Amino acid sequence: MNRVPMEGKVLKENDRIAAELRARFREHGVLCLNLIGSPGAGKTSLLERTLEGFGAGTRVAVLTGDIQTDNDAARLARSGFPVRQITTGGTCHLDARMVERAIADWPLPDLDLLLIENVGNLVCPAGYDLGEAAKIVVLSVAEGEDKPLKYPTIFFKAELVVLNKLDLLPYVPFNLAAARENARCVNPAVEFVEVSCVTGQGLPAWHAWLEKRQAQAAEALAAARG
Amino acid sequence: MHELGIANSVVEAVRAEALRRPGARVRKVGLLLGELAGVDRDALTFCFDSLVQETELAGVPLAIEFRPRRHRCRRCSESFVVVDYQTACPRCGSTGTECISGEELEFSYLELEES
Repeated sequence: MNRVPMEGKVLKENDRIAAELRARFREHGVLCLNLIGSPGAGKTSLLERTLEGFGAGTRVAVLTGDIQTDNDAARLARSGFPVRQITTGGTCHLDARMVERAIADWPLPDLDLLLIENVGNLVCPAGYDLGEAAKIVVLSVAEGEDKPLKYPTIFFKAELVVLNKLDLLPYVPFNLAAARENARCVNPAVEFVEVSCVTGQGLPAWHAWLEKRQAQAAEALAAARG
Repeated sequence: MHELGIANSVVEAVRAEALRRPGARVRKVGLLLGELAGVDRDALTFCFDSLVQETELAGVPLAIEFRPRRHRCRRCSESFVVVDYQTACPRCGSTGTECISGEELEFSYLELEES
């Protein structure tokens, strides 16, 4: 028996496409964010409220992933911004090729921000790089504060946790401090924004985070161009 | 259940590698699987076994080597396995540590029988 070394990541084809996308986003100064959360965490509602908060001239577009239906794209398209549905037909996550295909005819120089809503799932999307600048977990208070410990991979890889449905706090046993503590256990550098998409509470902080991240991306682009 | 897609990527890569070595039969596939890869070992094995049924790879075992989450301290360079999410340095107590392994989902080796 002969043992020969075999190198490379198992998902190297996905990683190759993701690296190409990342380079294109960087080249055109597009901040790409990958929103991940359970079904019903409020990803689409957060995007709706986010788009509502943008002025008409904002150069933003949205990709929204689901296993079936284009309900989310229909909801988000009311904003007037470019929205495209990716229907995976059974696949539990988006991969880089799906994103590449979905944006093939979108002129990236016309965009500053690309928001990707992943398929509702806290497990599988964690393994697939989409070329995003940051992963964001949307976690609703109805899900319980132990989720970061139960699904550590996605919290480890996320830059920000958006704690959603603050308006439900009086009705559900959810300990905000414990949720933050659990997420920091897994990822000491993770940031938090706490919002309610129903009442609008916390949304200014979310918009401020987006602006901060866009400014960072613009600075990086300016530095790269010298 | 993304293990099916991952298993399919394993099968494709192993077949591509085997094509480069005519006459050799694949007997074992070695993988590295990190604690933070978010991949279930049993589900991956089940999917791989299902995909290779009645093919030239039927019965080939996946030898999955588990890699725990390991951090290195930026202050004193101590490297340690993270247990129960305790990411502070066990030697100097610094919380400034960085992950250096545990995210692997990588090939390691192939065992081949040359005919």
